[in-house]
Amino acid sequence: MKIKTESKPEKRSKMAKQSPSKRRSNFEEVALGYNRYEAVAEANRCLNCKKPPCIEGCPVGVDIPRFIRQIAEEDFDSAVLTLKSTNSLPAICGRVCPQETQCEAVCVLGKGGKGDPIAIGGLERFVADYEMEEGVTIPDLPSPTGRRVAVVGAGPAGLTAAAELAKIGHSVTVFESLHAAGGVLVYGIPEFRLPKSIVAAEVDFIRRLGVDMRMNSVIGKIGTVDELLRDYDAVFLGTGAGLPSFLGIDGENLNGVYSANEFLTRVNLMKAYLFPEFDTPVKKGRRTIVVGGGNVAMDSARCALRLGAGEVTIVYRRGEDELPARAEEVLNAKEEGIIFRLLTNPIRILGDGNNWVTGMECVNMELCEPDESGRCRPVPVPDTEHIIPADVVVIAIGTSPNPLVSMTTPDLEIAGYGTIVADETGATSKPGVFAGGDIVTGSATVISAMGAGKVAAKAIDEYVRGLSGYENLLNIT
Amino acid sequence: MPFTILKKQELVPTLHRMDIAAPRVAEKAMPGQFVILRIDECGERIPLTIADFDAADGTVTLIFQEIGKTTCQLASLGAGDSIADLAGPLGCASTIEKFGTVVCVGGGVGIAPIFPIARGLMEAGNKVISIIGARSADILFWEERMKEASSELYVTTDDGTKGHHGFVTDIVQNVIESGEQVDRVIAIGPPVMMRAVAGVTKPFGIKTVVSLNPIMVDGTGMCGACRVLVGGVTKFACVDGPEFDAHEVDFTLLMSRLAMYLPEEREALDYKAAEDPAV
Ligand SMILES: Cc1cc2nc3c(=O)[nH]c(=O)nc-3n(C[C@H](O)[C@H](O)[C@H](O)COP(=O)(O)OP(=O)(O)OC[C@H]3O[C@@H](n4cnc5c(N)ncnc54)[C@H](O)[C@@H]3O)c2cc1C
Ligand SMILES: Cc1cc2nc3c(=O)[nH]c(=O)nc-3n(C[C@H](O)[C@H](O)[C@H](O)COP(=O)(O)OP(=O)(O)OC[C@H]3O[C@@H](n4cnc5c(N)ncnc54)[C@H](O)[C@@H]3O)c2cc1C
Ligand code: SF4
Ligand code: SF4
Ligand code: FES
Repeated sequence: MKIKTESKPEKRSKMAKQSPSKRRSNFEEVALGYNRYEAVAEANRCLNCKKPPCIEGCPVGVDIPRFIRQIAEEDFDSAVLTLKSTNSLPAICGRVCPQETQCEAVCVLGKGGKGDPIAIGGLERFVADYEMEEGVTIPDLPSPTGRRVAVVGAGPAGLTAAAELAKIGHSVTVFESLHAAGGVLVYGIPEFRLPKSIVAAEVDFIRRLGVDMRMNSVIGKIGTVDELLRDYDAVFLGTGAGLPSFLGIDGENLNGVYSANEFLTRVNLMKAYLFPEFDTPVKKGRRTIVVGGGNVAMDSARCALRLGAGEVTIVYRRGEDELPARAEEVLNAKEEGIIFRLLTNPIRILGDGNNWVTGMECVNMELCEPDESGRCRPVPVPDTEHIIPADVVVIAIGTSPNPLVSMTTPDLEIAGYGTIVADETGATSKPGVFAGGDIVTGSATVISAMGAGKVAAKAIDEYVRGLSGYENLLNIT
Repeated sequence: MPFTILKKQELVPTLHRMDIAAPRVAEKAMPGQFVILRIDECGERIPLTIADFDAADGTVTLIFQEIGKTTCQLASLGAGDSIADLAGPLGCASTIEKFGTVVCVGGGVGIAPIFPIARGLMEAGNKVISIIGARSADILFWEERMKEASSELYVTTDDGTKGHHGFVTDIVQNVIESGEQVDRVIAIGPPVMMRAVAGVTKPFGIKTVVSLNPIMVDGTGMCGACRVLVGGVTKFACVDGPEFDAHEVDFTLLMSRLAMYLPEEREALDYKAAEDPAV
């Protein structure tokens, strides 16, 4: 039966969420997804624009009007195909893409503040979840090309590159240093925002494309890039930006002070929220301070709350408008009762005689003229030093590229901050070596890392086809 | 792909040797490096030093002391069992060069990691004076192996049941004061022992290296759990170490950070005991 909608409503279908009072003490997903009626109703709002600006807002160019039309027509299977032809991880992107600054930001329905843009992310999630329920079909794979590609790092960039290359028929091996594939998707982004079963399903899909996934394989230690080049025709580096930054203030080595990476890795990858059923512990503070204002800070704060901290405070040196986190996640955090101390900067972390953290001294800030990045530079307000008590502090002020690969690959060109230099196709200074994702751009987004993986896969395909003997290889197989 | 345990042996009470099939790790391993393993899906990632490795057989040898949940569970496994994950070799290798005369000190379970270093230093043409110590004779292990890997070997026990009655530091002091030209000291053992060795060698200005054992999670420089203070600078032991200049290490910080999870460690053991009374 077709679901009818009379006129085009201006308001978007609301997506059900767990109530704040309930969700602040569990790790289950916060947003519950559309059911098919809500999805179809939302899809029916789309104007099917002739020149759809939304496509340009998407870093991988998903054919948004087309998959939305297919939802409206209740042809969900076709919607799956449309999405998957450009985006190999829609269940993930639908959940964590910053849609409000990408595809949805340019939707005509949202222009002029008249109505809500189409919930493109929500619809994308709906289609992907539908596919998962129905059972994922593995595309027919072409015959093997005989070319071998090594992918280093199983984050969104590496996984996308691997999937694209496997679909062409190249033999792909992924080397990942951790025991699980997914990169930030498994160690950083918490279960309540992105269930790990979804990442596992996507990874399983890539495995079933024939990709050989080797966990526990730290490149730079178990072998170098040069050694990989002996066994493989090309190498893709998607090692991410995983090196945590600290503030460089007094007290950062006190017990109870974590980098966000450590805190989130313990909680998410190692499932410390299920301790002692799972073996890895994490300190459940009574009062937790999280320093920073990005997605990583929001995730850390919301994890701390769910671990049972009575009071969780975000300390951020700029103002509300400057918070780099997704708007939706800031709202979620506020609804859950996270305290925001904006325009506040840490000076030092205080501890007791046993080296345990007891609090943080902060100073109020005010915004002055914009700096090079266009953001307002905060400066301390004199005589506003104050102490916020805490027994756990999480530093979430950013990360820089993991240096293990660059350190052991002397002829790879590295830019400031340790990023690998790559051109727009992903090619690096070293022949046969390509790179993409956070390792090239510094911390960015899931979808941009995927986009880079996809572009590089194309360039790698051209590169390995160009290598001598390719035609002969094809003739044999 | 799981990693199979090929051999398991209790060397002395609560101290075990385990040979694990890990050909890729064995091929690349160097003295001073370690692995991080995880027993099963619920397991913690724990670091253990590569006490020996055989590239031809594709095995790595680990020596570990039963002290908590994970090491006790590991001890309950035997040949033919397997563990879910083993990543390595991690950390920087020991500097093995011809220094002249090197004193290698191993305390307790630290005898295991000092062994491949002593052997490597011998092969590099050094005179290797090894000093191994334990609380008591019945928990001293690898004396024979250490003898083979050293020019001279001294044994100490805290209770005098074997060798010198006292601490390894007594012998370090004696060797230096005997007029022996010591070019380098390497000490691996409990933090208190390493700090004491550093205290003995400092007045003589002898370059002293220790291998630090802070709490780790990933072992690849991603989390910062393993941060240690060396010469006033924060370092990540898993990638910058685990070996550091003993005279620069802040041992007090190391020890207090090692005690960070004591209540949770007890809770984990109690939980395990309640679940599986046999252990
Ligand atoms: C807590 C948190 C929340 C975030 N939230 C969002 C969000 O809501 N929306 C969004 O779009 N983006 C978000 N991001 C950013 C996004 O996750 C990253 O931009 C994206 O994951 C980058 O992908 P990548 O593949 O380049 O690297 P990563 O995801 O970092 O993956 C790199 C992989 O390489 C492995 N590796 C590293 N070195 C080696 C080596 N030497 N050998 C083998 N393997 C190696 C790592 O273990 C890792 O698995 C968030 C990031 C964090 C940390
Ligand atoms: C580089 C390095 C090499 C090591 N080599 C050896 C070795 O060869 N043999 C050996 O017996 N032990 C070694 N250790 C120590 C070993 O990792 C710990 O004994 C083990 O993690 C204890 O785990 P557990 O669950 O049994 O005990 P728990 O009850 O969890 O902990 C007991 C104590 O071990 C330490 N510890 C706990 N978790 C960790 C962790 N994830 N990482 C490091 N230390 C931890 C803490 O001091 C703690 O108080 C090494 C440690 C490091 C960092
Ligand atoms: S992939 Fe992300 S940006 Fe692109 S359409 Fe989907 S939600 Fe929007
Ligand atoms: S811009 Fe908005 S209304 Fe137009 S096609 Fe895209 S999603 Fe539909
Ligand atoms: S163990 Fe995580 S950085 Fe060293």
